[in-house]
Amino acid sequence: MSLLEVRELSVRFGGSEAVSDLSFAVGRGERFGIVGESGSGKTLTALAITGLLPEGAEVFGSIALDGEPLPSDERQMARLRGKRIGLVFQEPMTALNPLVRIGEQIEEAISLNGGDEGPLDVSRLLQEVGLEPRHGRRYAHQLSGGQRQRVMIAMALAGQPDLLIADEPTSALDLVTQRKILDLIAEICARRGMTLLFISHDLKAIAALCTRVMVMQKGRLVELGPTERVFRAPEAEYTGKLVAASRFDIPDGARVPGPELLKVEGVSREFRQGGFLPWRGKPLRAVDEASFSIGTGECLALVGPSGCGKTTLAKIVVGLDTASSGGLQLEGTSYRGRDLPNALRRDVSLVFQDPFGSFNPRMTLGRSLMEPLRLASGLTIAERLERVRNAVRAVGLDTGMLERYPHEFSGGQRQRLAIARALVTRPKLLVLDEPVSALDVSVRGEVLALLARLRAEYGLTYLLISHDLDMVRAMADRVLVMEAGRIVEQGSPQELFAHPKHRMTRELVAARLPEIGASPAKI
Amino acid sequence: MIVFALRRTLGFAATLLLAALAIFFLLDLLPGDPAQFILGISATPEKLAVLRTQLGLDAPAHERFVGWVWGMLQGDFGTSYTQQAPVAGLIWERLAVTLPLAGLAMILSVLVGLPLGIIAARWRGKGVDTSIMVLAQMGVAVPSFWFGMLLTLLFAVALRWLPPGGFTPWSENPLLALRGLVLPSIALALPQASILARVMRTALVDVRGQDFIRTARAKGLTMGEAIWRHGVRNALLPVLTILGLQLAILITGTIIVENVFYLPGLGRLIFTAIGERDLVLVRGATIILVLAVTATMLLTDIAYALVDPRLRERSPS
Repeated sequence: MSLLEVRELSVRFGGSEAVSDLSFAVGRGERFGIVGESGSGKTLTALAITGLLPEGAEVFGSIALDGEPLPSDERQMARLRGKRIGLVFQEPMTALNPLVRIGEQIEEAISLNGGDEGPLDVSRLLQEVGLEPRHGRRYAHQLSGGQRQRVMIAMALAGQPDLLIADEPTSALDLVTQRKILDLIAEICARRGMTLLFISHDLKAIAALCTRVMVMQKGRLVELGPTERVFRAPEAEYTGKLVAASRFDIPDGARVPGPELLKVEGVSREFRQGGFLPWRGKPLRAVDEASFSIGTGECLALVGPSGCGKTTLAKIVVGLDTASSGGLQLEGTSYRGRDLPNALRRDVSLVFQDPFGSFNPRMTLGRSLMEPLRLASGLTIAERLERVRNAVRAVGLDTGMLERYPHEFSGGQRQRLAIARALVTRPKLLVLDEPVSALDVSVRGEVLALLARLRAEYGLTYLLISHDLDMVRAMADRVLVMEAGRIVEQGSPQELFAHPKHRMTRELVAARLPEIGASPAKI
Repeated sequence: MIVFALRRTLGFAATLLLAALAIFFLLDLLPGDPAQFILGISATPEKLAVLRTQLGLDAPAHERFVGWVWGMLQGDFGTSYTQQAPVAGLIWERLAVTLPLAGLAMILSVLVGLPLGIIAARWRGKGVDTSIMVLAQMGVAVPSFWFGMLLTLLFAVALRWLPPGGFTPWSENPLLALRGLVLPSIALALPQASILARVMRTALVDVRGQDFIRTARAKGLTMGEAIWRHGVRNALLPVLTILGLQLAILITGTIIVENVFYLPGLGRLIFTAIGERDLVLVRGATIILVLAVTATMLLTDIAYALVDPRLRERSPS
């Protein structure tokens, strides 16, 4: 008998149906994956199973755990959830109570659901997820993202559940941490014989972890079958598109970069800690003696784990922060960061990771896009408008969109608009800070293709910041690997990823998930 | 935590010093002669000279400032010219009315405002919520002097339960003194309780949607239990900020209510002192108010750090 059986499940909000007529079953001990893009209803399905749907949601159909329908009483459902279903969510930053020690939060989960099966205490749970007892005395903000996700897993395990539901547990983590968390989930499920329901938009993570997969689109089931078969020979057209989008085409032949555009020489950035008091600890070196140069038309990638100083370095390059020591040269003009002259500022642009947060919600897109043109003082209003329209057309959008507000657009469209905004000053160097990591797989492909096309058409130079090695491999001519503020290795992506020399590069390469459809993945 | 409290206390002392400088030099160094100002334009030169000596105006400004601050540290705030009495004594007498009044109003507004906010948030969108929010809206809008007069008409004139105004000193009859403060503190507490109810409700509604509430529910708690165990403490953070500001407003803002109820509080003392141009008294009373407000802020900061571990750290993360 199946552990979990979902029959004809529908979830409605007002008039619109977010999940439609969904039926599937998960066997005991199975590792079951749900894959789909944002808005496909995969998270709502998980919330429906756990009785955690937001207010205003109407649920139809039946959900049974171990053959028993879920109780309708709120308290009974809550206790069942705690005892039999473990939950791990996407956002480790906000999923823990910031005011309560980690240990107490785990303790609460134990005391709520603690079975009579032997001694179960906080330090044993912490050990099981690879943390130490001392972590229990900390608060959430004192842990890294990966550690918090481990704490979430420890809490999920406290009730000794039969079913672990993990909803995008690694999307907010960097590559190395992501791999470690996936390994941990696989290992714990195997050891405890626990059933896994794993939800992700990342086909590679699903392929690495799950034996069976369900593909969802717009609230409906598209395809269901063994993971290996579904990804190798997809039956549904949509699955095929997803699989294609999650692979990158490797361009053939390296381009020859033009003359040097940007030169970075021994740049360091220190942050003083602890305010104005003189006896405080030594300063933190976010960037440590970084030196490199970029040729015109080149795409240089900066990779490394979170917190290694990639973004700080990028901010200095675009003139949003100043180097503590060392200097930079853009087209032969020296600067140290914020002193970048306005005449040169329009030659560099920045595209941020988050397409939702990087637009002012109360400004029309036309106004947002026109703002950088304040740097180009000689232009008339008509010329400015023309520039904005051209930029919007260049990223493949309609100029009619300029009258509208950011919330009316999807993530992919917003990222296109962010690129358009970066283009209006006709820059030479574009700094792309994780330009696609917040986007869905299929949209990601489109945006990368757009970036490649713009680079070819306008002869743009890219400084690409990312932790996604596969994307870097497809985009970059040269790669710099950063660790703790230092550039530890550099080379062409092919050579670097095939024969990594430095320990950090080796770790990054080892953390890559295997390509899907290639060979049955083992974790 | 100790370092944090130490740093805040240093800041507190610095604020006080700055305030003392501002108060002293604004009142003292502005164009015109303080003695002339106090006595008016019809004063004779002899009288002026006597007052100048009495006020110590012959000494250089910085010496007078140091003398003033040093005196205050020892509890000597100078002598009021109009009342011919030590300023410290006068202020102390009035504080015995104003501080209990502000404290009582504060307690009332917390006891009424917070539960109403929690109830409104619990039944958000229902009739209870709407009624509480309409009441809170009115509570903020109604001027306290008018509400004070209504209270007097009902409880003092019609029902005769409480005195309509005036104050019996604590030393004579503490119970009567307390009875005299009941109506004024209700009048003061109404707008504050209304604001607190609104802030508490909004904070709780915000907290409902937080990820950690979902985590708590995932552990096996119902929504109500999750809110109670994890939500309320987080929701108290914004409330704490408002509470600190409110206490400061209550201490300094009692003047209108003191006038409505004929209470001999600090507000009325300052009001009359300004009217009578008693610079020494105004200066002393003002610094006491500044002290009360900055001390409130210090306490709020420390309370904040006690609730929120993130604030105890040296560097934000």
